[in-house]
Amino acid sequence: MHLTALNSKLIRRPIQRHIWLFLLPTFAAFCIGFLYPFFKGFYLSFCKFRITKDATFTGFENYKSIFHDTSFLHSFWYTALFAIVSLLFINVFAFIIAYFLTQGIKGANLFRTVFFMPNLIGGIVLGYIWSMIFDGILIRYNTAVILETKYGFWGLVILVCWQQIGYMMIIYIAGLQAIPEDMMEAAEIDGASKWQKLWKITIPNMMPSFTICTFLSLTNGFKLYDQNLALTNGRPYIQQGGTVIKTTQMLALNIVDSFYSSLTNRGPGQAKAVVFFILVAGISIAQLTFTRRREVQQ
Amino acid sequence: MKRLIAICLALVLVFSLGACAKGGADAKKGSVYFLNFKPEADEAWQAIAKTYTEQTGVQVKVVTAASGEYDKTLAAELDKDAAPTMFQVGNVGAVETYGDYCYDLKGSKFEGELTTDAYNLYDANGKLCSIGYCYECYGIIVNKALLEAAGHSLDEITNFATLKAVADDIHARAAELGFDAFTSAGLDGSSSWRFSGHLANMPLYYEFKADNVTAQPATIKGTYLDLYKNIWDLYITDSATTGAAVVTATGDEAEAEFYEGKAAFYQNGSWEFASLTEKGMKADDLAMIPIYCGAEGEEKAGLCCGTENCWAVNATASKADIEATLDFMYWMVTSEEGTKMMAEQFGPCPFKNAATPENVFFAQANEYTAAGNYVVTWAFNWTPAVDDWRAGVVDALAQYTAKGGSWDKVKEAFVDGWATLYAKDHA
Repeated sequence: MHLTALNSKLIRRPIQRHIWLFLLPTFAAFCIGFLYPFFKGFYLSFCKFRITKDATFTGFENYKSIFHDTSFLHSFWYTALFAIVSLLFINVFAFIIAYFLTQGIKGANLFRTVFFMPNLIGGIVLGYIWSMIFDGILIRYNTAVILETKYGFWGLVILVCWQQIGYMMIIYIAGLQAIPEDMMEAAEIDGASKWQKLWKITIPNMMPSFTICTFLSLTNGFKLYDQNLALTNGRPYIQQGGTVIKTTQMLALNIVDSFYSSLTNRGPGQAKAVVFFILVAGISIAQLTFTRRREVQQ
Repeated sequence: MKRLIAICLALVLVFSLGACAKGGADAKKGSVYFLNFKPEADEAWQAIAKTYTEQTGVQVKVVTAASGEYDKTLAAELDKDAAPTMFQVGNVGAVETYGDYCYDLKGSKFEGELTTDAYNLYDANGKLCSIGYCYECYGIIVNKALLEAAGHSLDEITNFATLKAVADDIHARAAELGFDAFTSAGLDGSSSWRFSGHLANMPLYYEFKADNVTAQPATIKGTYLDLYKNIWDLYITDSATTGAAVVTATGDEAEAEFYEGKAAFYQNGSWEFASLTEKGMKADDLAMIPIYCGAEGEEKAGLCCGTENCWAVNATASKADIEATLDFMYWMVTSEEGTKMMAEQFGPCPFKNAATPENVFFAQANEYTAAGNYVVTWAFNWTPAVDDWRAGVVDALAQYTAKGGSWDKVKEAFVDGWATLYAKDHA
């Protein structure tokens, strides 16, 4: 069949008329797996309920209660700090490694594979493995990772760095390799130093990679759950004015925790989840627009 | 080829319709859906469900929730149209949460088979929400052979002072004897419930007894926390595992230390009997003594007996399903197959026709009672938001044990934690 025949109405019409048939499976999955739970969850955040089919509407009660919940506020600031610290470490190290692995050193491919591999292990498994590693070391000093907030924090930073640096490295390598050779050559001829080439050519040309990597590591940092659960599960705790503060508990874990620990009302947990969604979406959009502006056209 | 696929699809359609029709017919007769709490009993449950279906034609579906996930699973399952018709409601917290879904079991044929009301749970309005179908006891399990090898005997131990004397002696000579006094008091999640749940019962029990507390209190005083400290200090001193190592030690480690003969004392319950004998321990070498912690008059203490194993029937299920479930429960405690399975899996059951289990620990519990000793009941069944409260106590115990921190943190988690969680649940 000639290519232009595809544009003929005789062929296009029946396809167009049945477009819904092709869209239906994905759309149905989207509705069942995302839209319905999302809107139901949104509705439930305004309800008092224990079993979701027996929910009673209570308006903004749940939202009011969560902003008085010191454990929620604590986990928010803890998460924010963690997200920023892990973002810095992951991206700096991932970029450095990517930079060296594109300098034509021997065995670069092997290194790439090895660095990427931790990313293939699930968060829960990683959490338990690392808790054993940390405890194996800390036991010599008669302590454990769940006994000190600072160990829990830095332990988690090390864990996510180990897990995510390889992934970000791959993105940076792709970005590095996409920089036009002629631009580099021209800079060399003009007498630019290595340092100048890095700052004036490599980094500006790699802004799209930075955008995607910072986006990923920031949202990953905020959404972190499995690793947090398996490594410390919020320990150590402190009792503070009628609330138990789980000092290394991050937002996602706090939400699940408050959802399941309440005997009578799971609404506040649901409300926290809605706030969490707005927060993560807001931060991601702000960050995307900010870094997008810095991207250069090649 | 196309035709073949079409035929296949058509056949699948016909069969699935047929399956629906079949399900529909059975629905009228009523069926049972049991959400099981004990993963270790899953196999036995599946087998007994099959037997029941063969005998009566009534469908029995048994689903087992993953360990530690019962509450989450139950909440999710109750949301479904085909919700469990029979589930576990084992303490006051669960009654508060699921009380509305409990069918009043008062006057049912099943209730008529009970020999005691002691393990039943009622809600605030006096509705019989759930019925205890078995009970358990715990204490300090002793390896008598090791005790004798160390030159001691069970008769020596009658209170905390004598327990400590024996344990101290064994611990001091551990290198020479080749075993220590206590197994590791691990605070890993697989082991910590032995201390945040079972051991914590001691100060709770004595406090409630002294203050005549008969219903879940909003606050506790922690009057007898010194007893808790006595026994905890003993566990973490007279053991091969001390300091921060306690924080990460697991339940399997403690069990292994005991059946491998590396320790003479092991705090655990009657449910360990099958596991210990399977691992090669002789029933004759095993004994269970009360947890002595320094309470006044504890020479007359017995084992800690109670239960968290109570069945409830879903009040929102269809009438036919409720009837079918009640019939199944009645059959479980009256038929030969049912009582046999119950005795094997759960030990003694408080029903008229219950079979006698082989477990020596229960025999001992009965001996103590027969000798006029008081039963230490399960006061911890009143714990508010039990998982959270225990997590707080475990965390404080870990700080205390590893860093030689102050006992005040434990007291805080114990007393303030109780008040906080109670207030949260009753806000």
